[in-house]
Amino acid sequence: MIDQIAAARDAALRLVTEADTLDAVTSLNTELLGKRSPLAQLKTQLGSLPSVDEKRAAGQAVNEAMAAVQQCVDTKRRVLVDAALDTQLRNERLDLTEFVGVSGVRGRSHLVTQAWERLEDVFIGLGFQIAEGPEVETDFYNFEALNMPPSHPARSMWDTLFVNHGAAGSTVLRTHTSPVQIRVMQTWPPPIYAIMPGRVFRNETPDATHMPVFHQLEGLVIDRNITMADLAGTIEAFTAAFFGPGFTSRLRPSYFPFTEPSAEFDIRRHDGTWIELGGCGMVHPNVLRAGGLDPEEWQGFAFGFGIDRMAKERHGINDLRDMYADDIRFISQF
Amino acid sequence: MKVLLSWLRELAAVPNDPDAVSVALTSLGMAVDDMTVVGESVAGVITARVVRTERHADAAKVHRVYVDAGDGVERHVWCGAFNMAPGDVIPLATLGTTMPDGREIQRRGILGIDSEGMLCSAKELGIGEDHAGIMILASDTPLGIPLNEALGIETDVVYELDLTRNRPDTWGHLGIARDLAAHFGVAFTPPAPALDPSSEVRSTPVTIVDGDRCGRFTSTVISGVQVGASPAWIARRLGLAGMRSINNVVDASNLVMLELNQPNHAYDLATLGGGGFRIRRANEGEAMTTLDGVERTFSSDDLLICDAADVPVGLAGVMGGLDSEISTSTTVVALEIAWFEPVAIARTVATTGLRSEASVRFDRGVDPHHIEASVARFAELLRESCPELTVHAGMSDVRGESLPAAERVVEVRVARVNKLLGTSLDAATVSALLAPIGYDTVSSVDGVLAVGVPSWRLDSTVEVDVIEEIARHYGYDRIGKAVPKSAVHGTLSHVQRRRRNVRDLMLGRGLSEAMPNPFLTMVDVAALGFGEEQVVTLTNPLVEVEKVLRPSLRPGLLKALAFNASHRLVGLSLFEVGHVYPPAVESDAALPAECEMLGAVMAGRDASAAVALWRELSASLGFGARVDQELVPAGMHPGRSATLTLGRTVAGMIGEIHPSVCEAFGVSERVAYVELNLSLALAHQPAIVQAKPVSRFPSSDVDLAFVAPDSLAAERLERAIRQAAAKLLVSLELFDVYRGPGVAEGNRSLAFRLRLQAADRTLTDVELAEVRAKVIAATAKMATLR
Repeated sequence: MIDQIAAARDAALRLVTEADTLDAVTSLNTELLGKRSPLAQLKTQLGSLPSVDEKRAAGQAVNEAMAAVQQCVDTKRRVLVDAALDTQLRNERLDLTEFVGVSGVRGRSHLVTQAWERLEDVFIGLGFQIAEGPEVETDFYNFEALNMPPSHPARSMWDTLFVNHGAAGSTVLRTHTSPVQIRVMQTWPPPIYAIMPGRVFRNETPDATHMPVFHQLEGLVIDRNITMADLAGTIEAFTAAFFGPGFTSRLRPSYFPFTEPSAEFDIRRHDGTWIELGGCGMVHPNVLRAGGLDPEEWQGFAFGFGIDRMAKERHGINDLRDMYADDIRFISQF
Repeated sequence: MKVLLSWLRELAAVPNDPDAVSVALTSLGMAVDDMTVVGESVAGVITARVVRTERHADAAKVHRVYVDAGDGVERHVWCGAFNMAPGDVIPLATLGTTMPDGREIQRRGILGIDSEGMLCSAKELGIGEDHAGIMILASDTPLGIPLNEALGIETDVVYELDLTRNRPDTWGHLGIARDLAAHFGVAFTPPAPALDPSSEVRSTPVTIVDGDRCGRFTSTVISGVQVGASPAWIARRLGLAGMRSINNVVDASNLVMLELNQPNHAYDLATLGGGGFRIRRANEGEAMTTLDGVERTFSSDDLLICDAADVPVGLAGVMGGLDSEISTSTTVVALEIAWFEPVAIARTVATTGLRSEASVRFDRGVDPHHIEASVARFAELLRESCPELTVHAGMSDVRGESLPAAERVVEVRVARVNKLLGTSLDAATVSALLAPIGYDTVSSVDGVLAVGVPSWRLDSTVEVDVIEEIARHYGYDRIGKAVPKSAVHGTLSHVQRRRRNVRDLMLGRGLSEAMPNPFLTMVDVAALGFGEEQVVTLTNPLVEVEKVLRPSLRPGLLKALAFNASHRLVGLSLFEVGHVYPPAVESDAALPAECEMLGAVMAGRDASAAVALWRELSASLGFGARVDQELVPAGMHPGRSATLTLGRTVAGMIGEIHPSVCEAFGVSERVAYVELNLSLALAHQPAIVQAKPVSRFPSSDVDLAFVAPDSLAAERLERAIRQAAAKLLVSLELFDVYRGPGVAEGNRSLAFRLRLQAADRTLTDVELAEVRAKVIAATAKMATLR
């Protein structure tokens, strides 16, 4: 019997080894290990063996033989599966550099938006909230509340576009984002840590460095003990965060009706040259009053600068008009 | 304003260091736009005398000149000019000299004979235009000295300053010098000539009719005037400061203005009608020809200086009249120095468009209380060319009610100074910072200083004005830098966060952001159905026809498409987020209606692209709106567009732009369009979604295809299915639309897949059949099962 078992085992192993398809292996699995297989048949005959020892020996032999065949089948199957997968993967090969028309799917946001959002993020990091206001403004918010009563000579610092609405001269396209300061002071309870980005308008003919429609970012901090040192520190912090370390800033005296002391702020490039970035100062008591705050209780600073100019500086743009041509060849660069 | 370093150094002991002064000017608030060094000597050019000249047989165009530079050594120079004779003193550029044009003087000569330098023309040295010959100097000029020393040319520095509106004092060298003296801690030495009038009294009667506009008017009679050229130094000084030398009288007048910031005017007393002045408002439409030769008419808001016969002789604070000009026969002048109300002068400048050196000073406010010193300085300057000059006693000095007080005191709290600047200055330090610029501390009690404001600083009226002066002279750079710790939480608002989501969604779908010109023409908006009375317009547009504030983003985006198409860039998708001005609902509001819009154009795409974009927007914002195809927005494709509505509110539109609108803007492609009112959509607060457990039981799909007439909106069928399937429906998808054989003309087949599932059990076939039957029954009136 032992010999029969060995012979059946060898025959089975040979068949499995010779099989070359998965289907063949699957049918061999049934054929060689199923109930009707030679080894299974031999197993049913174990009872007819005379001695217990013989039964045990033959039983062990048939179990070992079936395990060997099973292992052989499993191995063969794995080899064939791996080979089939290899073939499939080889046949599926693609040249990943040959595709056409799949690039440039994502649109590009406007350079002003990119700078705007970057700046917002910088100021959010410094603990600022973001306020917005209308682009068409009343004379009160654009001038009067900013310490420029009617016929104040400093109004001539802005070339104003007037809107036909209400009494003549009473409505303007805001010439700066500063009116939002007043709106914020009137509606937000202090302390205020806010920036006010937005679109502004001037009656100016477009050229390489000026646009009649452009964007500013205004900052306003009002608290009980805000000093000019806090202003200088904030300017330094945001310019460093926006342009990167190595840029330093300075304040130098200037004049704006709505701040006092007033300053221009410049930043120093790596090459040592200074660029003028914007204006700032301590909020004028008259402006605090117009915003409904008591200047003896609350004080603070404000600053403002052009977002377009920040983008221009960052990307080395020579002519601001390029940024507003909506030419996709320009837009796609950024 | 142009400022000379030499002039400043005459008025204050500021360092002779152009760069240090430049830095100081900027740090004091007078931004230096430009700094030019003038009259700089060319190093290496010295004086020499011609000893003899000699021709060379082989050189026709040049000759040999032997010169002596004072050291007794004869040097040989080749020279192409023949205008010198032995004994003449000429400029010699010695070997190694770099000429203003960059060329270096070398030994190499011609015909093998070296040249030991070059003789120079005025032009070659950059000190004149003459290049006809070699410059010949006075014969007694010492030899071997630098040329500019021989010529008496001083080196100077001209600063071009960008001055601010709040510093009237900086419009004269005196005020700038005072600031610099305080900054450097050096002596301030203003000119202080004695007026010293003669005993012969001569007066010009002055009447101020409108004292609210003229605060002070003085007139001083000066005789013994001989009109002629100015001394060279005055002409040179004016020239460097950017003014032309006219004659000695006008030049003295201008020099006083540039030095003391006191504009003034000298009238020929002989031609001054009635020998006096009347200062009054102009009559409406009154005319006068100004010095620039232009006849101008004035309004009753302009102030005129008239002679005693009431004939206008000048536009107060701006420009004299042409007829009042000094002539060569003038011998007696009436010198006017006055103070006019600044704001009104600014108005006159604005309405007449006439700006002058005088008006920029008057409309900022000149010093009304140091007029006598200016008269004395004028006389001193003019006396240099008119030795017989006499200043007469009897100066007319009339005041009006607008004259600012001579003594103005502002209270300054030291604690306030420190609280605002973040400094810790004591009272004495504050006083010491202010004193050198004329702000004298009258009293100092318990940290409160009473500070006298100088008469040249009319801009200083309140405490914070003085604090700014303290800050300037303490130094902005000495105020520290600290980052305040915010008392609030820095974050984007709900609207701002959602706006970013919208932009990001647009970019992700391949749309790029445009920012077209927001000013439109009536033709642009008429194409979209807006009438003239519905739009908001500008009073003073940049370009006359572009006077409309956009009521829609569509025109701008279409123009952008057309622009790109003109460069063969088609099939673009662009969007814009921007403010628009829709037709007003209430006309008496303080401001016109303004709202934020999203506009998106997709060229070469049909309405399905707009629908897909809207659906994604809607899902992303949690903002639903009804797609109402019955309401076709103006300027949109009548069969392929819908209004997005929220009840009666219009929230936007989707679909395709009307082909004739596209054509009007020069776009030849089909254009899908989405417009959404972001003021509504971003402000919307979607409810916070509460979690529902996901069913553990299997789901089943039921597919149903209906044939429905084209007139039936698929959405209606969908709604009916949802209602009928009720709670067991977890999703509904329209997965196929078919028109063609098998479906009657004017109808289409709509195939829906219903996914059904219960939370607590596996649905039985019976239950599935029930739902199917309910759905079929519910839709029977509008469609038939296929």
